[in-house]
Amino acid sequence: MTATQQCITIAVVIAGTVLTRFLPYVLFPEGRAIPKFVTYLGKVLAPAVFGLLVVYCLRHVSVFTGSHGIPELISIGVVIALYAWKRGMVLPMLGGTVCYMLLVQLVF
Amino acid sequence: MEQKHGYAAAFKAVFRYTIPVLAGYVFLGITYGILMRTSGYPAWLPVVTALIIYTGSMEFLLVGILASAFNPAAAFATAIMVGARHLFYGISLLGTYRDMGPKKFYLIYTTSDETFSIVYTTPIPDGIDKDKAYLAISFLDQMYWVAGALIGTLFGGLITFDTTGLDFVMTAMFVVILLSQWVEDGTALKTMLKDHISELVGIFGSLLCLIVFGPDHFIIPAMIVIFVALTLLRPVLDPEFQQNQHKQKTPQVKEDNA
Repeated sequence: MTATQQCITIAVVIAGTVLTRFLPYVLFPEGRAIPKFVTYLGKVLAPAVFGLLVVYCLRHVSVFTGSHGIPELISIGVVIALYAWKRGMVLPMLGGTVCYMLLVQLVF
Repeated sequence: MEQKHGYAAAFKAVFRYTIPVLAGYVFLGITYGILMRTSGYPAWLPVVTALIIYTGSMEFLLVGILASAFNPAAAFATAIMVGARHLFYGISLLGTYRDMGPKKFYLIYTTSDETFSIVYTTPIPDGIDKDKAYLAISFLDQMYWVAGALIGTLFGGLITFDTTGLDFVMTAMFVVILLSQWVEDGTALKTMLKDHISELVGIFGSLLCLIVFGPDHFIIPAMIVIFVALTLLRPVLDPEFQQNQHKQKTPQVKEDNA
């Protein structure tokens, strides 16, 4: 690609990204009542999306090859255990990540 | 009292909620900066794209796209597909981001996976203006990402310790966010299935699509599965919908009220 073509490509990528971010607000502007169905979706989508994001983070884990997803499973177990124990965000994340790094660097 | 409503108070109040993002974004941003530099692009490119595109997954894809043949239509389609999950974020935050004035444009522009998750789950303390708090979260997160890209682009070659596995920080963050949502929706074992239908639909719908469509093409199908499942489950999940159904079936109730 030439520099101009690269600029066009980046501009197009920005346009696409911005479109997905603004579309819901354009479709349901302030001043007009949000349809009940959309309000309902607004409440139930987020918990489902958090599930999707976790699966998304783990999408390259292969259960049948390599380390069989065992480091991921153990580390998520650590995150859950630390969260159940102390709540909060930083400790479970720190514990889980350190555990994962040790496992993939030293054990698997 | 006057001071408490300022931006300084808002930044101070929300900073601790953004620490996980700080860790994740700086690391991933550094990775992005290094990748762009080792692919032969100028030093300013990762920093500018980090600031303006501000969608990590799209930026990593951009490295490959810029190296391939010129095809703006395909690049646009990729951006739409990668960004499609923002539609769900928008729908979830329609109410939260109402009446925010001109700030709203910035808030919408910077709704990343992580910023959405923090904004959606963080209780803003009393005495702090909500709009300023959301702006502070959004701005801090964006700056973490840009700072990461800048560090990566400038000093990427100097990192000598083994960072393998550090990217797990993002996974851990979303697990914690899912857990806090789970706890908020109830912890009783007896009603576990009913209280957590949304979470379970998200987890298992996504897993199913991951198995069927593979890691590179499962997000859009997963979004469709989640949308359809939650639409079909509305009679179970939406109390207002149940009330309306009830009213329609028994019109005399309406007359009594009138």
